[in-house]
Amino acid sequence: MKAAFLILEDGTVFKGYQIGADKEVVSEIVFNTSMAGYLEVLTDPSYAGQAVCMTYPLIGNYGVCHEDMESKQPWPDAFIVRELSNVPSNFRSDETIQSFLLRYDVPGIAGIDTRALVKLLREKGTMNGMITTNEQFCIESILPRLKEYRTGKVVEKVTCSEPYVIEGTKELSENGPVSGSSHFDAGRYARFVSGDKEEREKRPSLVRKLNGAGLRVALFDFGAKDNIAHSLAQRGCEVTVYPAGTTADEVIASKPDGIMLSNGPGDPKECTGIISQLKKLYETDIPIFGICLGHQLMALATGADTFKMKYGHRGGNHPVKDLSTGRVYITSQNHGYVVDMDKLDKRVAVPAFVNVNDGTNEGLSYTGKRIFTVQYHPEACAGPQDSAYLFDRFIKMMEEYKNA
Amino acid sequence: MPKNPNIKKVLVIGSGPIVIGQAAEFDYAGTQACRSLKEEGVEVILVNSNPATIMTDGDIADKVYIEPLSARVLEQIILKEQPDSVLPTLGGQAGLNLGMELAESGFLEEHGVKLIGTTALTIRKAEDRLEFKNTMEKLGEPVAASLVVESIEDGVSFAKQIGYPVVLRPAYTLGGSGGGIAHNQAQLEEILENGLRLSRVGQVLVERCIAGWKEIEYEVMRDGAGNVITVCNMENIDPVGVHTGDSIVVAPSQTLSDKEYQMLRTSALNIISELEITGGCNVQFALHPTSFEYCVIEVNPRVSRSSALASKATGYPIAKVAAKIALGYTLDEIKNAITGKTYASFEPTLDYCVVKLPRLPFDKFITAKRTLTTQMKATGEVMSICTNFEGALMKALRSLEQHVDSLRSYDFTALSKEELLQRLQIVDDQRIFVIAEALRKKISYEEIHAITMVDVWFIDKLAALVAMEDRLEKEPLSLPLLKEAKRMEFPDNVIAALSGKAQDEIKKMRYENGIVAAYKMVDTCAAEFEAATPYYYSVYDGENEAVQTKPEKKVLVLGSGPIRIGQGIEFDYCSVHATWAFAKEGYETIIINNNPETVSTDFDIADKLYFEPLTPEDVENIVNIEKPDGAVVQFGGQTAIKLTESLMKMGVPILGTKAEDVDAAEDRELFDRILQETEIPRAAGGTVYTAEQAKEVANRLGYPVLVRPSYVLGGQGMQIAISDAEIEEFMAVINRYEQDHPILVDKYLMGKELEVDAVCDGEDILIPGIMEHIERTGVHSGDSISVYPAHTVSDKVKETIAEYSRRLARALHVRGLINIQFIAVGDEVYVIEVNPRSSRTVPYISKVTGIPIVELATKVIIGNTIKDLGYEPGLQPEADYVAIKMPVFSFEKIRGAEISLGPEMKSTGECLGIGKTFQEALYKAFLGAGVDLPKYKQMIITVKDADKGEAIEIGRRFEKLGYTIYATRSTAQALNDAGVKARKVNKINQESPTVMDLILGHRIDLVIDTPTQGRDKSRDGFLIRRTAIETGVNCLTSLDTARALVTSLENAEHTQMTLIDIARIAKRS
Repeated sequence: MKAAFLILEDGTVFKGYQIGADKEVVSEIVFNTSMAGYLEVLTDPSYAGQAVCMTYPLIGNYGVCHEDMESKQPWPDAFIVRELSNVPSNFRSDETIQSFLLRYDVPGIAGIDTRALVKLLREKGTMNGMITTNEQFCIESILPRLKEYRTGKVVEKVTCSEPYVIEGTKELSENGPVSGSSHFDAGRYARFVSGDKEEREKRPSLVRKLNGAGLRVALFDFGAKDNIAHSLAQRGCEVTVYPAGTTADEVIASKPDGIMLSNGPGDPKECTGIISQLKKLYETDIPIFGICLGHQLMALATGADTFKMKYGHRGGNHPVKDLSTGRVYITSQNHGYVVDMDKLDKRVAVPAFVNVNDGTNEGLSYTGKRIFTVQYHPEACAGPQDSAYLFDRFIKMMEEYKNA
Repeated sequence: MPKNPNIKKVLVIGSGPIVIGQAAEFDYAGTQACRSLKEEGVEVILVNSNPATIMTDGDIADKVYIEPLSARVLEQIILKEQPDSVLPTLGGQAGLNLGMELAESGFLEEHGVKLIGTTALTIRKAEDRLEFKNTMEKLGEPVAASLVVESIEDGVSFAKQIGYPVVLRPAYTLGGSGGGIAHNQAQLEEILENGLRLSRVGQVLVERCIAGWKEIEYEVMRDGAGNVITVCNMENIDPVGVHTGDSIVVAPSQTLSDKEYQMLRTSALNIISELEITGGCNVQFALHPTSFEYCVIEVNPRVSRSSALASKATGYPIAKVAAKIALGYTLDEIKNAITGKTYASFEPTLDYCVVKLPRLPFDKFITAKRTLTTQMKATGEVMSICTNFEGALMKALRSLEQHVDSLRSYDFTALSKEELLQRLQIVDDQRIFVIAEALRKKISYEEIHAITMVDVWFIDKLAALVAMEDRLEKEPLSLPLLKEAKRMEFPDNVIAALSGKAQDEIKKMRYENGIVAAYKMVDTCAAEFEAATPYYYSVYDGENEAVQTKPEKKVLVLGSGPIRIGQGIEFDYCSVHATWAFAKEGYETIIINNNPETVSTDFDIADKLYFEPLTPEDVENIVNIEKPDGAVVQFGGQTAIKLTESLMKMGVPILGTKAEDVDAAEDRELFDRILQETEIPRAAGGTVYTAEQAKEVANRLGYPVLVRPSYVLGGQGMQIAISDAEIEEFMAVINRYEQDHPILVDKYLMGKELEVDAVCDGEDILIPGIMEHIERTGVHSGDSISVYPAHTVSDKVKETIAEYSRRLARALHVRGLINIQFIAVGDEVYVIEVNPRSSRTVPYISKVTGIPIVELATKVIIGNTIKDLGYEPGLQPEADYVAIKMPVFSFEKIRGAEISLGPEMKSTGECLGIGKTFQEALYKAFLGAGVDLPKYKQMIITVKDADKGEAIEIGRRFEKLGYTIYATRSTAQALNDAGVKARKVNKINQESPTVMDLILGHRIDLVIDTPTQGRDKSRDGFLIRRTAIETGVNCLTSLDTARALVTSLENAEHTQMTLIDIARIAKRS
């Protein structure tokens, strides 16, 4: 095992051992409190420009199941864990975390007191840091570099280059429920249900393509997790995924039944180009549903403000209250910025969701518009699926619009 | 939704005596819930038959009834107290069943009382097998193919249809009583017959066998507004097939991907939403190891053992939150008391790994089968926390206090590879040790997994421990190696043994190089928020975050570890009360304990809680950080007492009675000297180390003699020997483990056994009362029916006891508690043993006399005198009611255990009967213990020759009550000769119908069987007793108990029982 060091901009040094690619990296250090779902975290484009530390100490236990990836590759600059498992133990596992990180050239560090790191970030706020295997590192020259470091243009890095279409699907009901009920993503995992391996592989797909018969959604990819498009397609929508730089006019011209604004990385205020396009979309009457960065950008486009939180919300356990029903849902979260509720113009948008713990904004409803946006992740992956009902709400909105 | 203003007075139902499957966790849950209700200004009426609990204290509820948990008693309490609501979900299955009975009979509705927490409809949907299945089908939640049967024929035909093996689960029973897996028709018939009888409604579920699937549990909560959260999920290392109470359990799950985790989480939440549960609920799943197929195994719509574990594992107080939800609050309105920043709707997230190990009673029941099945056998459990699995497992192992401290503690090295492959098939408590040996013999992970179905991830972790053992044995002990071994929580003694060094050398090497334990906080949120509650666990791979406090006075209270027979919940009661008393006196309090079921490990009992093993090394690590001004060991049972010497070496003053005085009570020679000085007689005896010496002493004294190790609780290893052969047998058993102390051999005296618990301040002694045992000497005091006030001995005996107690306490310089047992033979009083510490009867005598002796003892330890505390020294005036403590056993759960009573304790719990007269108290005590006669008015008597005379008298009384008596040949003859009509039945090996057929015919209420001497378990008597117990027939092995029972039956016409509010007694002081 090769020694590795995590150096924070406040001068703290953690010594551990090197995992993944052997290379030096500087990044913003954030932590995620999910106990499972490390692969979904690694492949969430919102982590571009950040090094992510898992607070759960035992990582890699079930290996890497490629079909659980939320995008085509891992995005964090580095991966920080306490202990990496020796054996990946899961029937679907394709490889180990170690080989996965190596393959995508992602460096990392293991064997450090991750809890101590989290406490530092909690107390001092998110910090930049460096991971290096150079035992002769010179802290005096590193610290100014860390303080200066800024990530930028991350959305451009993670968005798709060309538009593409994902067909809507329908679960075949004649085969009966596969296992569990509607919450179980039967289509996606059908071949993993019951019977021995051979029998399962022979089984026909339980999913039928709809060939464009469903609602048509334009999805702005600011770094979208796959499960956003998948959640819509599963509900019968044909989803066209557009690069982040696509103009409003182009999307409007395609006459979508609804527009989906995806999650994504970085400071929303840097995305001035996108914000100006969203202003135009706001002026139309096309239903819009925004998630995470999409939510923040819509708010900025309509005159609200955002600010950077001390250390953000990243995990799968935050309670969010839906103010329209009073119900509380446990949500999947990953954001470092938040919409400033104090500066909200109630004539434009009102808070629709709020974080039960710290009272920060978790979603907006736009006055007189078929627009609602949330700060958290109804597409889950990783994390609780409790908020999937929001996709149904969006579908209903699109149907109303279409039938109006 | 704010609190429902209509709920003002709530009746909380407790869980009754501790039995296997229903233990201390309900005291923990009930206590937490009652405090939570009182916090909201609700008047709490509590009923629980178990006097050893904290929840039955006068300061936990407003009114406390320690009464039998029967519908009739509850109805009377409801009529007297007029509560507006009943909360049945905190008292385990017993409480839930009772709540249902009251609801179904229409009594609650008739008197305008509501069930809160969860409705009767919900309980039925979750508990009734058929309704549960229908509900799951409606939801689309899969359950294993199953059918509820009410007859053996239906079971057999359904099993044919779905194929063997099948799992059998009786409806409405505790801890899976009467359940099992049948591999063929013969087994099916056997288990089914038993299960049908044990089920309250005569139903058993026959189900497709999913043994070998992963067993996963979710603890979930739901409020009245429909908000749902998961508190914790847990994975059983032992796959489906072993009761979760007997499984090694980890939290959170380790081998599930997010897809599986969320699939089951969503399913659990859908289920509680559909069932409309308000409060806590446990959902158990079986997950196919190589697919996404899963089955819902069971839903418990109440707090449970698993919820206690989940609470301790996460820091989330499930019972407290459940109580608030019952009052109408929603999850987002209830503050998380650990962080003070988040709300109860925040799902806990862990940044550590938790391991729970069961405490199985096979060290008590040597003859019992060690096999683990779907029927729970564990009496208790330990939990440990670490940042890695290896460390958590190692800490849990040594927390068990079963002479186990590493994966080498059970030696299977003699087995060949083939034998190991065979041995791996056996599912018992030693399986992980067998796996470890298999790994040493290079059997592959895959092979081990294929046989055991234990997930490869866990096998790999065991392999990591085995590899570390190997390295410690073969490599020179370098600092990195030592550091890594400590990271995995290898204790110094194991490292020393493996590396061939002295334990002190290891410690020195560690201290010189700063390899010391650090403490991390359990905070529910993985450090995301600052936490306010200091609840700690040790690690060797991180910074210390235990807050350094320097209060004026700081005391360390040592807990009593896992619940086991002989050391039960009573000691937790004492530890908790001592902690509270110290806190009242301005001390900062620190508790060390490892039992997740108890009140003492609740996060708000002590100022600081260390969830750690109770070994000298683990305690020293905490002492190094906390530097307490003193430690108190007299409340934590033998677990704490054993640490006395180590604590003194660490320089921690022992508060209260000095260690040398504790020794004087245990050391035969020193104690004999004290008895001589104080002129107190005792049975003649001697101390020995070997069987030869024991035989010599025994022959000198004359048989029968009592043989027992010193320094034990619960009479562990104690036996009455009548011959040299038995001496040899018993000595061999005792000397299986190296004895640090000599073994005692005493002349066996026949007389009345009496007992006192007292507080002594060094000068004066306060004796709340004298307890008298119904069973004669020879039956362990913990298994005897105990009566307060002593009712058959003369005033002279009582005076002598008071005087002897005073002399002994003074001579031993007792400061704090002392327990003394006496024998009275006529008016002569002999001392049997003296324990200068808390005892099992402390909670009982405190409650029935209203004298809070733990609190008084604590204040005395701090320096007050009894007179300062406002008490007149000496024996206190007797109460004007009678209170009887009745032992309760769990024999039906332990296949193959000998049930006859003897000097070694066997009961798992106790209940109280309190009444105006002896007869009424006795009646209630039997009722509380579940001895509910008569049904058929038929009984069997079979006694040894020496007992025949007494049996006649007892038989005559039963006959008068209308009982038909069956008896084996010689007993029948003796009875008939004396004019008591008895029908002769054949012995087991004679032709049918035999006594066995009679028992299996299910028309028998009671068996009285006194065992002949000798412990040959192949004897008929053993078989009769086991069969009776396993078929749910009451079986008594002491004629004293039988006499008490018939007395109680003769006085069974108590239409109106006296109800005594214990809280009112408590306030007498």
